[in-house]
Amino acid sequence: MDKFIRMDGLVVPLDRSNVDTDAIIPKQFLKSIKRTGFGPNLFDEWRYLDHGEPGMDNSIRPLNSDFVLNQPRYRGANILLARENFGCGSSREHAPWALSGYGFRTIIAPSFADIFCNNCFRNGLLPITLDASSIDDLFVAVMATPGYRLKIELEQQVVVTPSGMTYHFEVDAFRKNCLLNGLDDIGLTLKYVSEIKEYEERRKLKEPWLFV
Amino acid sequence: MGKKTLYDKLWDSHVVHVGADGTTLIYIDRHLVHEVTSPQAFEGLRLAGREPWRAASMLAVADHNVPTTDRAQGIADPVSRLQVETLSSNCDEFRIVEFGMTDLRQGIVHVIGPEQGATLPGMTVVCGDSHTSTHGAFAALAFGIGTSEVEHVMATQCLLMKKARSMQIIVEGYLGRGVTAKDLVLAIIGKIGTAGGTGCAIEFSGSAILGLSMEGRMTICNMAIEAGARAGMIAVDATTITYLENRPFAPQGELWNRAVTYWRTLCSDEGAKFDSVIRFDATTIKPQVTWGTSPEMVVAVDDRVPDPSKEVDPVKRKSMNLALEYMGLEANTPITKIQIDKVFIGSCTNARIEDLRAAAEVVRGKFVAPNIKMAMAVPGSGLVKRQAEYEGLDKVFIEAGFEWREPGCSMCLAMNADRLEPSERCASTSNRNFEGRQGLGGRTHLVSPEMAAAAAISGHFVDVRNF
Ligand code: SF4
Repeated sequence: MDKFIRMDGLVVPLDRSNVDTDAIIPKQFLKSIKRTGFGPNLFDEWRYLDHGEPGMDNSIRPLNSDFVLNQPRYRGANILLARENFGCGSSREHAPWALSGYGFRTIIAPSFADIFCNNCFRNGLLPITLDASSIDDLFVAVMATPGYRLKIELEQQVVVTPSGMTYHFEVDAFRKNCLLNGLDDIGLTLKYVSEIKEYEERRKLKEPWLFV
Repeated sequence: MGKKTLYDKLWDSHVVHVGADGTTLIYIDRHLVHEVTSPQAFEGLRLAGREPWRAASMLAVADHNVPTTDRAQGIADPVSRLQVETLSSNCDEFRIVEFGMTDLRQGIVHVIGPEQGATLPGMTVVCGDSHTSTHGAFAALAFGIGTSEVEHVMATQCLLMKKARSMQIIVEGYLGRGVTAKDLVLAIIGKIGTAGGTGCAIEFSGSAILGLSMEGRMTICNMAIEAGARAGMIAVDATTITYLENRPFAPQGELWNRAVTYWRTLCSDEGAKFDSVIRFDATTIKPQVTWGTSPEMVVAVDDRVPDPSKEVDPVKRKSMNLALEYMGLEANTPITKIQIDKVFIGSCTNARIEDLRAAAEVVRGKFVAPNIKMAMAVPGSGLVKRQAEYEGLDKVFIEAGFEWREPGCSMCLAMNADRLEPSERCASTSNRNFEGRQGLGGRTHLVSPEMAAAAAISGHFVDVRNF
C-alpha cells in the first residue's frame, strides 16, 4: 500500500446524504476481475447521461454537466466533501477502488458506513469524520470559493483551511500507523502465525465439530 | 466472572491476539465466497505466493451473475461468464468446495450457508458481501467484509478488528396476521434510521423474535446491515437447534450432542449490559412499504407518502425531495394508490421456502393484474426450488401468471439479465431500494412476500391484512 502522510488538494462538494456504494460504482462494473480501471465509472449514473456498461469508451460518452464532478471548477479534485452515512450499502471494495482510481485520496464527511470505512483504509484512502457543523461550514466555504483547497496532515490529525483554520479529526491509531507507513495487514498478521496455530489447537479441543 | 452479552461471548471465544491499542486478531471459522468480490483476492494470494490457511473453512458459490432462465445455455454475457468461470478455476486451484451453477445445492450464498448447516452457532462467519449479517440468526458472529479482507482471511484465517458497541433491540408481543419479519425489520429501520446501528453489533431479542421461525430470524438479521450495524444476531433456542439437525455440514452423533450442549450457552446472560437498548411493541406494527431510495424511507401501507415541506431538518428535506423526484411520487399520495409495473419475489431477504409458501397462498387461484408487465418468483437455492415444486407452489405461481425461475440474486441487484427498465416501478421483497439498484432509473418499493404477492394481483399496493 502507498504511504499517506500529508496532502494538499482541491475539494469537491457532494451535497447529498446516504450516498451508497451502488451510486459510487454501479453493479455492472463489478463484473471485472481486476482491481484497477474503475475510476472512469465512479458515480457513473450521475456523471453520464447515457447508461454505462463495461468496455465502453468513456471519453466519448455524454456528460451530465449538472453533476458536481463535471463542473470545470472542480476538475482534478482529490478531496471529496460529503454528507452523512457516506458509503452505505454493499460491501464492494470497488467503491474505494473507483474513488482512488478517479484521484481521490481523502473523503471528509460527518459519518461513514463501517465496511466502506475499513475498505478505504486498506486502499490508502483516508476517511475523515468531522462534526456536522464543521462539515456545514466547509460546504459553504467550498461552494463560495472557486479553487478551494484543504491541507491534510495525518500525523497531527488536522485539516487546514486556506485561512489557516484547523479542524482536528480522530483516527484509529492502528489504521493511522498503517497509512503513515504503508503497512500491509496480511504481512502484519503473519507475524502471529504461532499464536494462530496455538489458538486452533485450543479450539479443536473445545469445538471439535468445526474442524472435521 | 462478569455477565456477558452474546456478542461478548462470541468475541471472546475468537480472540487470537490483542494489540496494545485494542486492535484484535479474530479467528474466522467459516468463509463463504461468491464470484463478485473474490477474484481480486485470489489474485492477491497468487501474486504473494500464498496458499489458503484452511481451505476447508471455505464454501464457494456463484449467485450474483447467474442467469435465472435456460441454465443449460450457460451465461450469455461474456463478462459475467468470465467472472463465474474465474471462481470455478480459483476453487479448483486452491481445492475449495464450490457448488457450481448446475449443482442442485447452488443458490444465494446467504441462503445456502444455513441450508447446508455450514453456518453454525458460535462461529465467526464472513463473506465479501454486506448481507452476511443474515447468518447471525444462528447466534454466529457474522459480518460482511471487503475484498482486501477476503484475501486477509484466506491467507491468515483471521481479521484485525476492534470490538463494536453493543445494541439490544427488544421486540415484545406478537406480530398480527399478515405482518411478517420483513415488516418488523423495515419498521425498526424506519425508526432508528439507516445509520442508527453504525458501529454496533445488534442483538435482537424479546418474545416477538423468539416467536419467529429461522427463516424470519434470517430476514431480520439480513437487514441489520441496512440499519448500519456491523452484525445482527439472535440467541440459540430450540428453534435454532431443530433447524440445524441433520443438515449436511452440521455435526452428527456424539459431536452433535456436544455441540448442542455448548450452543445452549450462546445467549446473553441475565443482566448483561448493552451500550444501548431499544424497545419495540410488535402488536403496533403494520405491513410496511418503502416510498423512497433508502430503506429508512418507509411507512405503513395504510399511510401516505410523506411531505418534505413538513420536515424541519434541511439535509433530510433535500434527500426526501430527491427521493420523491427519483421515485416519481407526489407527497401525500396514499400508498395503496401507487400502481406498479413489476413484482420480484426473491433475494437473500425473502426467498426461503417459508417466503414462497406465504406468497403462494396469497396468489393461489388468482391472476396478476393486467398492468403488471412481469411478476417473478426466484427461489433462493436449488433445494428451496425443489421443495417448492414438491409442494406444488411452482404451479400456483405459474397459474397466477408469475414466472418461476432458477435460483440466484436475480433482480435484487440486476447484475444478470433480470432488471427494471427506466422509471419502471417494482414491488420487491429484496433489501435495498437505492437508485438504480434494480436497473438504471428503476423504482423499488421494499415489501414482504405477502405484500408483493397481493400487489401483483391488485396492480397496486394493498393492505394484505384485508386481502
Ligand atoms: S440476493 Fe441481493 S442482497 Fe442478497 S446477496 Fe444477492 S445481491 Fe446481495
